Amino acid sequence: MTVEAVGRPRPKRGGAVASRSIFWRIPWLRTAILLAPPLTWFVAIYLTSLALLLVTAFWTIDPFTTRVVQSWSLDNFQQIVNEPTYLRIIGRTVLMAALVTMTDALIAFPFAYYMARVASRRVQTALFAAVLLPLWASYLARLYAWILILNHSGVLNWSLQSIGLPAANVAYSDVAVWIVFSYIWLPFMIIPAYAALERIPDSLLEAAADLGARRWRTVRDVVLPLALPGVVAGSIFTFSLTLGDYITPVLIGGGTSFIGNVVYSSIGIANNVPFAAALAMVPIAIMALYLIGAKRLGAFEAL
Amino acid sequence: MTDRWSRIALRLWVALVLLFLFIPMAIIFLFAFNSSKIEAWPIEGLTLTWIKVTINDAEVVSALRLSVEVALTTTALALMLGSCAAFAIRRTTFFGRDAVNFLFVLPLALPGIITGVALHSFFGYGGILLSIWTIIVGHTTFCIVVVYNNVLARLRRTQGSLLEAAMDLGASGFQTFRDITLPLISTSIIAGAMLAFALSFDEIIVTTFTAGAQNTLPIWIFAQIRNGQRLPEVNVVVSFVILVTIIPVLIAARLTGGSGTSRVPAAR
Amino acid sequence: MKFGALAAVAMLAITACGSSTSNTGSTQQPPPTANMKPPTSIGAGEGALNLIDWGGYVQSLWQKPFEQQTGCKITYKDAGSSDEMVSLMAGGGGGQWDMVSASGDADLRLIYIGDVKPMNMELIPDWQNFQPNFKNPPFNTINGIHYGVSLQWGPNTLLYNTKKFVNPPTSWGVIYDPQYSGLITIPDNPIQIADAALYLSKTKPSLKITDPYELTQSQFDAAIALLKKQRPLVRTFWAAVGDEETAFKSGDVVVGAAWPIMTTDLKAAGAPVNDTIPSEGATGWADTWLLATKAPHPNCAYLWAKWVSTPTVQAQQALSYGETPVNMKACAVMEASSAGSCAAFHADAPGAYFDTIKFWKTPIAMCPDGSQKCIPYAQWQSAWTTIKG
Repeated sequence: MTVEAVGRPRPKRGGAVASRSIFWRIPWLRTAILLAPPLTWFVAIYLTSLALLLVTAFWTIDPFTTRVVQSWSLDNFQQIVNEPTYLRIIGRTVLMAALVTMTDALIAFPFAYYMARVASRRVQTALFAAVLLPLWASYLARLYAWILILNHSGVLNWSLQSIGLPAANVAYSDVAVWIVFSYIWLPFMIIPAYAALERIPDSLLEAAADLGARRWRTVRDVVLPLALPGVVAGSIFTFSLTLGDYITPVLIGGGTSFIGNVVYSSIGIANNVPFAAALAMVPIAIMALYLIGAKRLGAFEAL
Repeated sequence: MTDRWSRIALRLWVALVLLFLFIPMAIIFLFAFNSSKIEAWPIEGLTLTWIKVTINDAEVVSALRLSVEVALTTTALALMLGSCAAFAIRRTTFFGRDAVNFLFVLPLALPGIITGVALHSFFGYGGILLSIWTIIVGHTTFCIVVVYNNVLARLRRTQGSLLEAAMDLGASGFQTFRDITLPLISTSIIAGAMLAFALSFDEIIVTTFTAGAQNTLPIWIFAQIRNGQRLPEVNVVVSFVILVTIIPVLIAARLTGGSGTSRVPAAR
Repeated sequence: MKFGALAAVAMLAITACGSSTSNTGSTQQPPPTANMKPPTSIGAGEGALNLIDWGGYVQSLWQKPFEQQTGCKITYKDAGSSDEMVSLMAGGGGGQWDMVSASGDADLRLIYIGDVKPMNMELIPDWQNFQPNFKNPPFNTINGIHYGVSLQWGPNTLLYNTKKFVNPPTSWGVIYDPQYSGLITIPDNPIQIADAALYLSKTKPSLKITDPYELTQSQFDAAIALLKKQRPLVRTFWAAVGDEETAFKSGDVVVGAAWPIMTTDLKAAGAPVNDTIPSEGATGWADTWLLATKAPHPNCAYLWAKWVSTPTVQAQQALSYGETPVNMKACAVMEASSAGSCAAFHADAPGAYFDTIKFWKTPIAMCPDGSQKCIPYAQWQSAWTTIKG
C-alpha cells in the first residue's frame, strides 16, 4: 500500500489545499517537479559540455594560431593510438590508479572495521572527525608537506639517518607519487567502507557465531561480502581521482607523465583543445567501464 | 567475540593510520611558525611573525573571502538541487530512473580535469566570460552529487511505515514531510552540506579551468607554491582553516557518524 | 650588429610564414589588430589591473607604490612558459587579462593571432631612453606599429650547487653527463630542444647547426636523441620558478638549466648556488609587455607600462630578477644600489653580450637558407611529450 493512495485533503482553504494535495497525490507530477531543476542543470550544463568535448575531439587546430578548425578528422585519435608514448602514459596511469586503490583499500579496511564494530560511540565520533578533518586542510598544502617529508633533506631522510640507516631518495619519483596519492585519497575510501561496515546488523554476526564460525571465518564470509559495496564505492573515488590528477605528478613526480598531465599541458599550454578532448575520452571510457562493474557489485547503494 | 591479540593489532593499525593522516598536517602547523623563510628540515626556530604578515596580506584575505563566498553559494545551490533530486528518485520508480541515478554519479566519478576542460570549452563556445559565477557553476555540478548521495542514502534507510502511519493519522502530505521526513533526514542534509562546502572550498582542478582572473584560496596557494616566495603564509592560512573547522567537523561527525548498528533491523 | 641580422631573419620569417603554413595566410597580411588605433592619452585608472607575467615580474617593491599612486589594484598570474602565456591570452585575453609580459617566441604568435593590439609609444615617456635595439624590435614592432613595450632581457643560465662544483662548470655537458645522474633538472618546455641543439652546434659541428630554432630533420633528430639520452639522468622537470628552487634547496638536484631569478632567490635563502653561462653560449629571452585586445582596464595598463619603464623600476626589476634593463638610464640607478651590478648584468655593454645569446623565437618551417624543410613548433611540442615519456 503506497502513501499516495491514502492522501486525504483537509477541508480548510479550498484552492490552496487542492493544489497542494494534487502535488502529493499525483506521483509522476511530484517527481517531475522535483526532478526538473537538477535534471535541467545536468543536461543543459554538464551533459552538453561533455558532448561538446566529444565533438571537439574530432576537430583539429591550426598549428600557428592554435585556433580550432572545425574540420572532422580522426587525427587526434590516430595520434594517440599510433604513438607508443601515449599508450605507455595511459597504461602507467591506470596502473598507478589501481595501485593506489588497492593500497587505500588495504589501509582503510581494518581502520573502518575498528571504527564501525569495535570502537565505542565516543571513539567512533572522534575517529570519524579525525578522518574528515584532513579534507579541510588544503590538498596543496598537504602535498607540499609531503615534499618536505620526502625530499633529500626532509623529515624522512633525517629520521632514517638519525638511526643510522641510509637516506632514501624517494622524492621526485613514481614511488613518491604513489605515496602521496594514497595519502590524499584515503579519507574517500575510509568513509564509504565505514558506512558499509556500520550497516551490518549485529544479529548477523551473532548468528554466524551461533552457527560455530570463529572470528576470522566470520570476517571472511559475512563481513567482507557485506562491506564490499562500500569498498568498491570508495574505490570509484580513489581510482578516478588518481586517473585525472596532474598536480601531484608535477610537484612531486620525476617528470613521468600521466593522463592528467598530458591533458593539462595540451589545453593549458599547447592550447590544443581537440587533442586534450580526444585524450580525455580515454579516462571517460575507463571510468564508464569501472562504473558498470561497480554497479554490479552494488557500490551505487553504498555511495 | 573479542580476541585479545586482534584487538591489540587493530588498535595499533588505527594508531598508525592516524599518524599517517596527521603527520603532514603537523608539518603544516609547524612550518607556520618557522623562523626561516625557506622551508627546510630541521626547523631552525619558531616565530609568530608570519601570522601578522598573513593577516595584513590583502591577497590572502581576499582569496579566503572569495573561497568562502563561492563555497556558501555552491552549498546552497547544491542543497536545493541535490535534495530535490534525491526525493524524486527515492519515492517513485519510473522509466529511466537508473539512467538518472547513473548520470548523477558522473561528476564525481569522472576525473575533475575532464569536468574542467569540458566546462572551459562550453563557456568558451557560449561566449560566457569566466567569473565567480562560472566557478560556482563548476563547483555546484559535483556538489549536487554529494548532497544527493547523502540524502538518498538516508531516505533509503527511512522506514516507509513511519510515513504511512503519519498519513493514517490524518497528516497531509506536507505535514508529513515537515514533521516526519525532514527531521529524519536533517542530519544527512547537514552532512551533505558540510561535505559540499569542504569540496568546494578546497577545489583546485576544476577551478583552474573555470576561473578567470579571480583567485580562490586554492588557486592562490598553488601560485605561491610555484612562486616559492610566500610559503609560510600558506601554512598560516591553512592552519587557520583547520583550526576554524575542528568544531564544525566534530559536530558533523557526532550527528552523522554511526546511527548505531543495533538499530538497523536485519531484514530490509 | 647581429641584431640587424636577427631583424632580417624575423622579417623573412614573417613573410615566408604565410606561404609555409597551409591554412593561415595570417602572417602575409598585416596582423588582425593592426588597424585598431591606440588612444592618444591615458584616461582615469579603472581601479584594477590583471597581468600575466613571468614569476618575479610583479614584486611588492614596485607593485605597492604603483597601486598606491594609481589606485590600480593588481591581480597577476605567473606563467611557466611562453606556451602558457599564449594559451592564457586566447580570445584577446578572454576579457579577463590586460597585459602579458611575453618573450620573443610568444610575441609574434600573439600578434598574428590577434590577441594583442597596438600601443602608442608617445604615452610612455621613458621609451625615448630605451636602447635603440629595443625601441622597435622586430618581435613587438611590425611595420612601425608597436604592439607592446620592451621590458627586460636575459639568458637561460646553468645553475649549480657550489658544494658539488667547487670550480664552476664550463660546459653545458654537465647536464648531459651520466656522472650526475639523478641530480639534474631541466625546464618542462619544448623550447629546451633548442638548448640541446645549441650544445650540439658546438660539440658536433658536422651537423652544421647555425640557428638552434631552425632545425632540419636530421638536426632535429640529433637534438631529440641527445635529450632522450639525457632523460634517465633528469631527476625532475621544473615548470615554475618555485619547483626548481625547492629541488635545489633540498639538495635533490645539484645542477640544471635555470633563470637568473633562481640564483637571486636561492642566494637570498642562503643556499650554496651560483650560475654561469657555459662556453657554448646560452639561449635567452627578450620580454615585452603586450596589451590584450580585449583588455578590460586599458588605462591602468598604460599606467603600468609607463611605471615599469622608469629607470628606478627598471633597475629594481633587473636587480631582483638578474636580467638586463632596456632603459639606458637604469644603469646609474643600479650602480647606486649595488656597485658593479651594471656591468654584472651587462646593462652597459649590450652589444657584445647580446651576440652570445640565442633569443627565443617560434620555430617555423623556413630554414636559414630559405628552404621550407625545417621543423615547425607543433612538432617540437609533440616530440617533447615523447622525450618526457
